[in-house]
Amino acid sequence: MATFNLTVNGQPRSVEAEPEMPLLWVLRDELGLVGTKYGCGIGACGACTVHLDGAAIRSCSLPVSQVGEQPVTTIEGLSADGDHPVQLAWLEHDVPQCGYCQAGQIMSAAALLDGIPNPDEAEISAGMSGNICRCGTYTRIHAAVKSAAEKLS
Amino acid sequence: MSHNQPSRRSFLKVTAATGGGLLLGFSWLTSCESEKAEKARPELVMPEKWVAVNAFLKIGDNGVVTIMSPNPEIGQNVKTAMPMLVAEELDVDWKNVIVEQAGLDTDNYERQLAGGSQSIRHGWEPLRKAGATARYMLLQAAAQQLDVDAGSLRTENGMIFHDGSDRKLGYGEVASLAATLPLPEEVTLKDPADFKIIGHATKNVDARKITTGQPLFGLDLQREGMKYAAIVHPPAFGLKLKSVDDSAVRGLPGIHDVVTIDAAPEGVEMQWSDVNAFPQLVAVIGDNTWRVLQAKKKLKIEWEQTSPLESTADQLENLRLTLQEGKAEEARRDGNPEAAFARAATIIDRTYSAPFLPHNTMEPMNFFADVWEDRAELVGPIQTPEFLRKTVSALLDMPEANIDIMMTRMGGGFGRRLYGNFGVEAALISKAAGVPVKLVYSREDDMTQGTYRPEYLVRYRAGLDEEGRLIAFHVRGTGAGESPVFANRYPAGTVENYLAENISTESNVSTGAWRAPRSNFIAGAEQAFLDEVAEAAGKDPIEFRLELFDRAIKDPVGEENDYDPERYAGVLKLVRDKSGWKTGEDQRGVAAYYCHNSYVAQVLEARLDAGEPRVNEVHCAVDCGIVVNPEGAHNQIEGGIIDGVGHALFGAVTFTDGKPDQQNFDTYRLIRHIEAPRAIHTHFVENNIDPTGLGEPSLPPVIGALANAIYRVTGERVYDQPFVQRRELRG
Ligand code: FES
Ligand code: FES
Repeated sequence: MATFNLTVNGQPRSVEAEPEMPLLWVLRDELGLVGTKYGCGIGACGACTVHLDGAAIRSCSLPVSQVGEQPVTTIEGLSADGDHPVQLAWLEHDVPQCGYCQAGQIMSAAALLDGIPNPDEAEISAGMSGNICRCGTYTRIHAAVKSAAEKLS
Repeated sequence: MSHNQPSRRSFLKVTAATGGGLLLGFSWLTSCESEKAEKARPELVMPEKWVAVNAFLKIGDNGVVTIMSPNPEIGQNVKTAMPMLVAEELDVDWKNVIVEQAGLDTDNYERQLAGGSQSIRHGWEPLRKAGATARYMLLQAAAQQLDVDAGSLRTENGMIFHDGSDRKLGYGEVASLAATLPLPEEVTLKDPADFKIIGHATKNVDARKITTGQPLFGLDLQREGMKYAAIVHPPAFGLKLKSVDDSAVRGLPGIHDVVTIDAAPEGVEMQWSDVNAFPQLVAVIGDNTWRVLQAKKKLKIEWEQTSPLESTADQLENLRLTLQEGKAEEARRDGNPEAAFARAATIIDRTYSAPFLPHNTMEPMNFFADVWEDRAELVGPIQTPEFLRKTVSALLDMPEANIDIMMTRMGGGFGRRLYGNFGVEAALISKAAGVPVKLVYSREDDMTQGTYRPEYLVRYRAGLDEEGRLIAFHVRGTGAGESPVFANRYPAGTVENYLAENISTESNVSTGAWRAPRSNFIAGAEQAFLDEVAEAAGKDPIEFRLELFDRAIKDPVGEENDYDPERYAGVLKLVRDKSGWKTGEDQRGVAAYYCHNSYVAQVLEARLDAGEPRVNEVHCAVDCGIVVNPEGAHNQIEGGIIDGVGHALFGAVTFTDGKPDQQNFDTYRLIRHIEAPRAIHTHFVENNIDPTGLGEPSLPPVIGALANAIYRVTGERVYDQPFVQRRELRG
C-alpha cells in the first residue's frame, strides 16, 4: 500500500492503494466516483474511459501509480452542469438505451473532438470504435458526435 | 455495522402512515428518489408536501407529480413509456412529472417483470386507468371544494377549470382531499384522437443522469459498511466444486472473508428463473472490487466431474444426430406432406445452424444484499424481482414479507437478468459473511457462467409444383434443451401440406431466454430459406411472400395460425414502398417476421469490406399498434437491428472440454461502431390498435434480411451463424 495524491475533476484527492490497483477501481470504490464504468477490465470495451491530462484512456488498464501529476477527468467532472456540447448532443439525440456504456462513449467523443474538431464520418467511426455499446446505439452516437462537432466549430 | 436497528420496512410504513392521505396502505420504498430528481432537473421546484393518490402517483402541493414506473428498466425505455400512460390520463404537463422506479410491491402492482416485450402491452390499460382514476378523484375533490357539480369541471395540464364561474384549482390544491375519497368503480379513458403525451416523442427520463454519470445502476450502489464480493464458479460445464483451500487468500490486505455457498440445496423449492449451472460457489469478500477479483485467483480449488465435458464439435454432432435420427414431436400437420413432396417438381432442402450466445450485458451481473436475522434487503438489476424474492425466501427460510427488493436501472438485460442467480448468491454471501455485500461478477465470470442462448439446428424442405407453386413445406428443428420451431407461425396457414416437428438435444451447458427467444434464430433461417424457395420458383421474394399471405387472408389452411396475415402483409408492402424495392436487387435482401405481438419487415443493403459483409442501410417497417413514445420506439428498433446484425455476423461461444473458449471482449467479438449500419430508416404503420412491445421484434428478421443481402452481394448463401467467423469457430 502507498499513498497517492491525485487530481480528480480539479480536486486534490488522496488515496491509500496498492500501486498496481487500476485507476478505475480507485475512482469507483475508493473515491465513490461510480460514473466511470467497468465492462471488461482488459481495455477492450471503453466503458471505463476517462481523460488523463486531456487524453482518453482506459482507466481499467492504468495502474494508479502511473497517474502521477496528470489531472484526471471523469464523466462527473466533464462539465459543471452536464452541459458539455457532447453531453447536450447526447440529450438532443436521446442516445442512451440502457445507458451503461454512455459515460465511456461521451468521454471518448469529447476527447475525439478535442483532437479533431471537425471529424469526417470515417474519423468518427474509427475514433468511437474502441467503445462497445451492447444495446446498439451506434447510429445515434454517430449523429450526436456530428452535432456536437458542429456546435463546437 | 450492527444488525439490530429497527427494520427498514417497518420504518417506511411508519413514515408513510404519517405522510397523510395514504388510503391504499402501500409504502414508498424509494421516496427519496423524487428529491434526488431535484439535482438532475434544476428547473423543477420541489413541493413541500406530497400526497399519494394511488400506488402509481403522488402529487406535490405545487402541482409537481411523481409517477411510479412499476416495471424493471433494462434499456427498453419502459421507465419513460409506462409513466407516459399514467400522465396522459391524469392530464398533466409532462414537464412537471418526475418518474420514480417502484420497488417490488406485489400488493399494488401486477407483473413487475421485464420480458417478452410485454410491459407496454400489459400496462396499457391498468396504467391509463391509474391516471384516469386519480383524475376522477381530483375532479370530485375540486367539485366539493368549489361546491359545483363535477360534470361542470374540466382538466388541462394539471389544472381544474370551472368555466362557468371562471375559477380554477391546481391538482396540488385538491390532492389531499382527493386521496380521502372513494375509488370510482369505473372510469372512462380518452379517445386516442385526444392524446397529448402518448404518440409524442419523449426523451428518456434518465438521460441527464446517464450523461452526467450519476449512480443509477446496480454496480453503482454503495452503502455504509458494505463489502464487495467476487465468486469463483467451475471453469467448465460438467464440473462442480469439490474442495477449496483459501489459506493463500485469508489475511490478504482488504480481504474480509472467504465463504462457500450452495444456491440449490436439495429440498428447497426453486422457481423457473433459477437456471444455474453452478450453484456451489466460493466467494471472496473484501473492501474493494479489484482486491476481491485479484484475491480469488489465489484460491486453490479442486473440481470434480459430474457429466461429460463437451466440446463444440461434440455438440454439433449431437445436434446433427438428433435432427437426423431422433424421435420428434409432431407439432403440426396439414394435408398430406409426404404425398405432396413425392409429386413435387422441385424440392429445396436446406439446414441452418447457430451457436450458443452469452447475453453479455454491458453491466456484468451484480447484486447488493443485506441479510439480517429476520429480514433482508436486496437491491440490484433484476428482470424478475418477484421470483427472486420467492427463491431467497425459500433459501433463507424467511417470510417473503420480510424481504425488500428494489430494482435498479439495468445496464442491459436481453433476457439474462430473468435468471436471478446472482441475487440469490448475494443474499447467501451476505448471510454467510454477516455483512452487507455487493456481489460483482468479472466479465469473465459473466461470460462463462452459462444461461446462454441455446445452439440450434433446423432443416427446412419445400416442394414446388411445375408452375412454381409452394405445395409442401416441412420444418424440423432442434437445439440445446429445446426446439426453435414455432409450428403455427408463417408459413403455416399458407401451404396445403405442412409439417412441423420439434425435438430437443441434451447438453449440460445451461441455457435461457435471449432477446426474442427462439425467434432470434428461427426467423433468420426461415426468411433465408423462403428467399431460396422464391428464387427456385422464379419469383420476386416480396411478391412470393405476398402471394402466400394472400392465401392466408382468403382461404387459410388450418385454424391456429398465429398471426394476422393482413398486418403481416401490410409491413411488407410498406417496406417495399418506402425502400423503393425493385425486382432483381443486387445488394439488398428482404425479410419479414411476427413475434412478441408486433410485425416487422426489413430491406437491408449490404456490401463487402475487406472480405467481410457490412450493412449500408436498413429500411424497417413496423406494426406495433399505437406507438406510445416514438423517440424510444425508433431507438429500440435501431438497437434490435444492430444487435441482430452484430450477433449474426460475429457472435459465438465455443467450447473445449466443457470450457468456454471466449471469456472476454478480446476474443468474443461484439459489433462496433465502425461495423454498424450507416443508416436505419424506421417506418411505423399508423393505426389505433392497442400497443404491443418493441424490445425484441426488430432483431429476428434482420438476420434473414442480412443473409439474403449477403447472397445478393457475394452470390453465396450463408447457412451457419456467425456468418463471418464460422470457418475458424465452427470447423
Ligand atoms: S472496462 Fe476498461 S476498457 Fe472495458
Ligand atoms: S446503451 Fe446499453 S450498452 Fe450502450
